[in-house]
Amino acid sequence: MAEVLVYVDHADGAVRKPTLELLTLARRIGEPVAVALGNGAADTAATLAEHGAVKVLTHEAAEYADYLVVPKVDALQAAHEAVSPAAVLVSSSAEGKEIAARLALRLGSGIITDAVDLEAGDEGPVATQSVFAASYTTKSRVSKGTPVITVKPNSAAVEAAPAAGTVEALSVSFSAQATGTKVTGRAPRESTGRPELTEAAIVVSGGRGVNGAENFAIIEALADSLGAAVGASRAAVDAGWYPHTNQVGQTGKSVSPQLYIASGISGAIQHRAGMQTSKTIVAVNKDAEAPIFDLVDYGIVGDLFDVVPQLTEEIKTRKG
Amino acid sequence: MSLRIVVTVKYVPDATGDRHFADDLTVDRDDVDGLLSELDEYAVEQALQISENSDDDVEITVLTVGPEDAKDALRKALSMGADKAIHVEDDDLHGTDAIGTSLVLAKAVEKAGYDLVISGMASTDGTMGVVPALLAERLGVPQVTLLSEVSVEDGTVKGRRDGDAASEQLEASLPAVASVTDQSGEARYPSFKGIMAAKKKPVQSWDLSDLDIDEDEVGLENAYTTVDAATERPARTAGTIVKDEGEGGKQLAAFLAERKFV
Ligand SMILES: Cc1cc2nc3c(=O)[nH]c(=O)nc-3n(C[C@H](O)[C@H](O)[C@H](O)COP(=O)(O)OP(=O)(O)OC[C@H]3O[C@@H](n4cnc5c(N)ncnc54)[C@H](O)[C@@H]3O)c2cc1C
Ligand SMILES: Nc1ncnc2c1ncn2[C@@H]1O[C@H](COP(=O)(O)O)[C@@H](O)[C@H]1O
Repeated sequence: MAEVLVYVDHADGAVRKPTLELLTLARRIGEPVAVALGNGAADTAATLAEHGAVKVLTHEAAEYADYLVVPKVDALQAAHEAVSPAAVLVSSSAEGKEIAARLALRLGSGIITDAVDLEAGDEGPVATQSVFAASYTTKSRVSKGTPVITVKPNSAAVEAAPAAGTVEALSVSFSAQATGTKVTGRAPRESTGRPELTEAAIVVSGGRGVNGAENFAIIEALADSLGAAVGASRAAVDAGWYPHTNQVGQTGKSVSPQLYIASGISGAIQHRAGMQTSKTIVAVNKDAEAPIFDLVDYGIVGDLFDVVPQLTEEIKTRKG
Repeated sequence: MSLRIVVTVKYVPDATGDRHFADDLTVDRDDVDGLLSELDEYAVEQALQISENSDDDVEITVLTVGPEDAKDALRKALSMGADKAIHVEDDDLHGTDAIGTSLVLAKAVEKAGYDLVISGMASTDGTMGVVPALLAERLGVPQVTLLSEVSVEDGTVKGRRDGDAASEQLEASLPAVASVTDQSGEARYPSFKGIMAAKKKPVQSWDLSDLDIDEDEVGLENAYTTVDAATERPARTAGTIVKDEGEGGKQLAAFLAERKFV
């Protein structure tokens, strides 16, 4: 069976969930061969093997952390040469898309970004995408070269599928471009203890209606009662009430959780672009005409300062 | 010293309009009003600020690849303060994908001459966010992308890239390709004076032959990807909407419990 390269997103050996989702999708097209780079690369192997990787190609070098994007492209290109895969899958982070694009160009291949589903097809993998702020669904495929496809988080279930996961060292020689952009400083994000926004099963978001940074405690309390991630509209972020890393929408994160709760958010097209594919959508807004109500499964027309705390209390009571 | 900045700007269908696909499954550019992609306004703004903060002689060229109407996007950028514009237009470009677009942009940037290219973070129609990286790969120069802060000094471009796991400080020597996010600072509105001045600024038009690009390197037939189907997403089935009469939170909790979220 054909092999499928899966680029591993990990933090010092801890594999991020979207990579495990990629393994699920890769198994539909062929045998997953994972590529793990940088500090802790070899430590990813056990987890990857549990989820279907037949092989794990690893390479550790300081360049992966010290320079932007290109060293990783060099490594994937080396892996492509070693394996001749039927496709290359990368998760759709900002960096993932840049790596995938440059790789595709080098391979003379086409690239599809932000797939939300992937199936085997007669003429290669068929990717489903959600476009124009999720008002259209398209089916596309790469028609030249090895398909390079980036997949959005939460597009597939994580499944256990034990495989060999044989670790092999990948040999990589860095290109002249590899050291072009130096990373001169790095401030890691502080963990909030809440789930990662793009990976969370439930997202609770607040917008301009929250009316102040201090009031976001109400949104956070609801999120914590549900074990959810916290999101924010751009209006709330621009006002400085919540960090940009939590912004949901076109220029923030795109989320597709089981449940999305929007409070004090009107539902502008750019916000919808980042949450419209959520399975269940709930909104609290005092304006019955707010466009967000066109999307909801359940909506409350009311003041979030009354509704949200009552909801949080009731959830706590029900959970005992 | 002089610094030549080329800003790549895209003309896109208005996101608040009713966007559709044409029969050939390319983006329908006829039925919806177009405009300069809002996310490219941030790129123009940063170019203007680099110019304003520089002792060097800075020349800002705005470049678009797109149909006749794309001139509107160039005009807007010129009225914000860019010095001149280049419009690459050719019938054979219809349906060109990101890989092809990056080829045309690379050839045009090289022909124009540049020290720094500044792009937007993503186009508001395609939203791929890959063209700047592709452009850097093609030009063989450093990519310094997705910056929320950017500065140029002594032949070096520096910036801050706020990623998911960390916020990084980046640095590269010119020539380079940068892209900026919508966190880089609000774009200015064109002034009346700017709008008047823009009318006199030069707009050059180039076609594929000016760029030595073969017609079989671009266009829909030669795209590296094929769209087989586009279906309009069915409208969501109308949900339950309840007016809060004091029990709204509890009603919502009951709904969530029914859906097994609680
Ligand atoms: C290029 C571009 C990219 C963009 N990207 C994004 C993006 O990524 N994400 C994003 O979110 N936006 C984005 N926007 C901005 C977007 O257009 C909207 O301006 C933004 O989403 C509005 O945020 P909001 O809904 O919080 O605020 P508003 O539109 O002001 O809505 C606030 C809502 O809160 C309600 N409200 C007020 N008080 C209360 C209360 N006490 N109780 C209940 N309800 C209350 C009001 O009725 C109103 O409906 C982008 C715009 C552009 C041009
Ligand atoms: N046709 C085009 N003409 C000029 N610039 C473009 C074009 N397409 C993309 N770009 C630039 O590349 C950036 C990213 O676009 P994309 O990769 O399509 O999301 C945009 O913000 C523009 O700066």
